[in-house]
Amino acid sequence: MNGWTSLDRFLRTDPRDVGCSEAVALLHVYVDLVAAGAAAQERYPGIAAHLRACGPCGEDFEGLLAIVQGTGQS
Amino acid sequence: MRLGQEQVSMVMVSSDQELDEVPVNPQLDPDSASWLQWLADTGPRRESALAELHAMLVRAARREVARRGPHQQITGPELEDLAYQAAGDALLAITRKIGQFRGESRFTTWAYKFVVFEVSAKIGRHFWRNPARSLDAEDWDRLPDRFGFDPARESEWRDLLGAVRRAVQTELTPRQREIFVAIVLNDVPLDALVVKLGSNRNAIYKMLFDARRKLRADLVANGYLNDEESRRS
Repeated sequence: MNGWTSLDRFLRTDPRDVGCSEAVALLHVYVDLVAAGAAAQERYPGIAAHLRACGPCGEDFEGLLAIVQGTGQS
Repeated sequence: MRLGQEQVSMVMVSSDQELDEVPVNPQLDPDSASWLQWLADTGPRRESALAELHAMLVRAARREVARRGPHQQITGPELEDLAYQAAGDALLAITRKIGQFRGESRFTTWAYKFVVFEVSAKIGRHFWRNPARSLDAEDWDRLPDRFGFDPARESEWRDLLGAVRRAVQTELTPRQREIFVAIVLNDVPLDALVVKLGSNRNAIYKMLFDARRKLRADLVANGYLNDEESRRS
């Protein structure tokens, strides 16, 4: 990815983005869907958009998913 | 005594009353229903459930701290201590909020969420232990590297980044500018900025979101970026 694309991607905002509060409130539900192979992005497009754009929430998602999958819960 | 164990003891002696309000959802999966029953119980069964939950949270916290640790320069005993503190604080949060669990996920996924949040918050605070960290710097020379612009092709992007800098000065509010500079130029993690500004993640994200939208609109209006999906090769 070159600088133009990287900058453009950083500045581009998704109107579906629900913000941190809503994403955090439903993160466990979203992670269980992803872990089960369900269509989490289709069911919660606003959370999916947020997790793509928000570094900390994306990191929390990756961490929770790794824990759930690592404990054999999924 | 580890802090986490101390907190487990605190939970065991203090939260019987709060746990009386645990709702039992008939749609729950059997494992989650068992957790709720055990935690709503009294005596040895509840203590055993709390101890088991704490052990699970410690394992999850270790895993999460180890996953993030290499990027945060946290190692050795400090990493282990952070994991124990996160697990202990998560257990307290879980017992306080267990009445809010509505069975939309597995109980353990809901519980693990708290330990992930605790690790995030503690790593955010850890960032400022390095006295060299500061919000005062405003090094615009870092901008090209931040977005991966090739120094050898500076003539192609110099005007664009000049326009970004101008837009940051003219389009953003002082608070938006402060957040943009901290996160983009100074590479301050958002959770660390939350700690420094005494704010919360949602508020900081929203300000950065609005700043991004304003900057992009300005760059599009001045012909530096395309309104449609622009992808220069």
